[in-house]
Amino acid sequence: MTQGAPFNVPFLAVAALIGIAFYIILSQRNLIKLVMGLGIMASGVNLFLVTLGYREGGVAPIYTHAPIERMVLPVPQALTLTSIVIAVATLALMLSMVVHIYRHTGSIDSEESRTMKG
Amino acid sequence: MDKLITHSPILIIAIPLLAAFLTPLISRANQKARDVLVITTLAFAEFLVIILARDICANGIHIYTLGASSPTLTIPEQYMVPVRIILEVDAMSIFMCIIWATVSLAAAIYSLSSMKEETGRDRFYTLLLLMVGGTFGMMLTGDLFNLFVFLEISSIAGGALAAFRTRFADALEGGLKYIIISTVGALMVLFAIGIFYAQYNLLNIAALAQVIQYTMLDKIALTLLVTAFAMKTGVVPLHMWFPDTYTVAPASITAMLVISSHACMYLLFRICFSLYGVTLNMATVGWIIIILGVLSMFVGVTMAVPQTDIKRLMSYHAISQIGYMWLGVGVGLAVLGNPEALATYGREAISGGIFHILNHAVYKPLLFLTAGALFYRTGTRDLNRMGGLGHSMKLTSIFFIIGTLSISGVPPLNGFASKFMIYESVYRFNPILAVIAMLVSIITLASFTKAFQSAFMGPELSAYKGVKEVPKSMIIGMGIPAAGIIFFSLFPGLIVDWIVHPAADALINQATYINAVMGG
Amino acid sequence: MMSKIVRTISNILSLFIFVYGLYIIIHGHLTPGGGFQGGAVVASGVALLIVAFGSHNIHKSLKEHHLSILESGGALIFIGLAFGGIATVFFYNFLVGSSIFGHIPPSGPNPGDIWTGGVIPFMNLAVGLKVLAGLSAILLVMALATSVMEVEE
Repeated sequence: MTQGAPFNVPFLAVAALIGIAFYIILSQRNLIKLVMGLGIMASGVNLFLVTLGYREGGVAPIYTHAPIERMVLPVPQALTLTSIVIAVATLALMLSMVVHIYRHTGSIDSEESRTMKG
Repeated sequence: MDKLITHSPILIIAIPLLAAFLTPLISRANQKARDVLVITTLAFAEFLVIILARDICANGIHIYTLGASSPTLTIPEQYMVPVRIILEVDAMSIFMCIIWATVSLAAAIYSLSSMKEETGRDRFYTLLLLMVGGTFGMMLTGDLFNLFVFLEISSIAGGALAAFRTRFADALEGGLKYIIISTVGALMVLFAIGIFYAQYNLLNIAALAQVIQYTMLDKIALTLLVTAFAMKTGVVPLHMWFPDTYTVAPASITAMLVISSHACMYLLFRICFSLYGVTLNMATVGWIIIILGVLSMFVGVTMAVPQTDIKRLMSYHAISQIGYMWLGVGVGLAVLGNPEALATYGREAISGGIFHILNHAVYKPLLFLTAGALFYRTGTRDLNRMGGLGHSMKLTSIFFIIGTLSISGVPPLNGFASKFMIYESVYRFNPILAVIAMLVSIITLASFTKAFQSAFMGPELSAYKGVKEVPKSMIIGMGIPAAGIIFFSLFPGLIVDWIVHPAADALINQATYINAVMGG
Repeated sequence: MMSKIVRTISNILSLFIFVYGLYIIIHGHLTPGGGFQGGAVVASGVALLIVAFGSHNIHKSLKEHHLSILESGGALIFIGLAFGGIATVFFYNFLVGSSIFGHIPPSGPNPGDIWTGGVIPFMNLAVGLKVLAGLSAILLVMALATSVMEVEE
């Protein structure tokens, strides 16, 4: 890891991001903030995937004009890329639905715009 | 023909995807050509599934490696682990694929008439074919990350389809809830995949099953996976989204979403039996699955009794029937390490649970399609406002009766056969569970009798004077599952020997699954 | 519709953004990037134009069904190339060793030869086409939908 940091700072950041995101999803009533919470959770999981590939002293896994031979793991980076693409599509779909809900019920509060109970 | 069978695992996934992207181009030219394309694609997928199923019964597991120089070259020279995306099809996977191919064909034929008044139908069929391809991918894959990708494809397409009728406000709410739950679940699955890759550097299920040790991180991954798939399947206590989404989706889509959530349950069984196998603490995990199953059975049916909306009533019943499947397979998982208990009643319990998946997959879509037929003719889903429709909608009421008798486990229909297998084997594990299961079955019959009486019997109401029977394509769409029910009721022994027991053996037998990929 | 300075600068700048996005798409098998990343860059160029000119003005020339055709075309090229190798296996890289994009790259660090990769550069182009069409359509439709709501209030 970097000099001077006693813990694995990226993994702590992952835990903090996912924890904050869970709190937002469970407690926020505003639908736009709920969607933002899902975005933060996706960022946390993507950070976890990239961080688990780090090897000490490694460079980016590109062979074109590579400075040294030791590289970090490239497979989790491919997994992260796929996850980002999926998150973009999902967030676009959720935001379109929120726009429609606002048009129908006039509010983006999840308690006021509920129509189904029981 | 042999080449077709060899390439069929990927063709089953790729041909619906190809048709999904051809649909917007063709529907700009001609609407009827698009309908023909959709039905032909789904019929061809069904044909491929059936010939692959016959070949698997004869010759064992099928492997397909994408991008290698031959379909079965899983480990090239100078490599020691499998390196490419590998599709592994065994008896349990092809069992789920047969169900999915049939139900999606029936639902697509049904939606030819039921969606006639909607605009944007080309997008409807694109999304439908995407969902079909995505769910086939979930059922046929042998690779963990491929599982995640197809899970997301299927849930995004399903959510967009559930919210398709944007002129109703509650449809959007149901679709939004489905997408939020699916996203949270899929992110948990991705986290678990990251944990597996960090420890073992492998993504292939069979290769991972060979080297997995049950460390603390593996336990965390198992918890995340069980929670995520339980959320997606709709067991209690994570079932809050289930009735909302299934009520507001168009009827054919609801029928398909039922099987899509069964595919997530299949993935849970694949993880527990083939990935972890005998290394996990079977008693604990088995009992957790049993308890979740019993809770779902009971809460589902008690919440269904006071409902007045017919599709909401059916979705609560779906939750309770899913509890039966979890109970059966959970009992099998709990005795997996005990060879004599496994041979006497464990295998029967797993077979009962799997047979119940098959039966549920024919009667539940039939019931949802009849509810859709009622909505199509009367414009309402409220049971208090319907009445006396049995006079004019004779075929629909016959289909509803068949579905009701089947779901309540009344002999001689197929629901009774699978429930009897579950009662028998669960009783030898723990008698209380079997008693609860029988109680739930009785309450199911009571609730559906009320629904039938309220919708179909009684004098003809003046509001529905001119109501006719539904169009022909909807009748065909309902007839396919009904024919399935009658076929399974007449020959239950044949079905159990030919389809269910091989599937249960494929789940129990982890060594065959691993050897098919790792050679040796 | 923003002021004249913004519109002029965004006219000039968007061309650079499109070329940069295309560079990322084409060199996807050598440098970081590829189909999705390059397509997202081009879509952000389109977003710049939408913000500067207003969604109604952009909608006069860039209709949503043209983007839909482009998107379906990109996806069909991708799946068609995947089916191209079905004689061996699906997704088989049938152009390696042949005359189009067929050089074999040396192993280890090297200066990078663009004429390598086989089917991969074409798949990058197909994915890039699909992503730029899809993301631009999303941006355009959402901008139109929310602007209509402002007018209604």
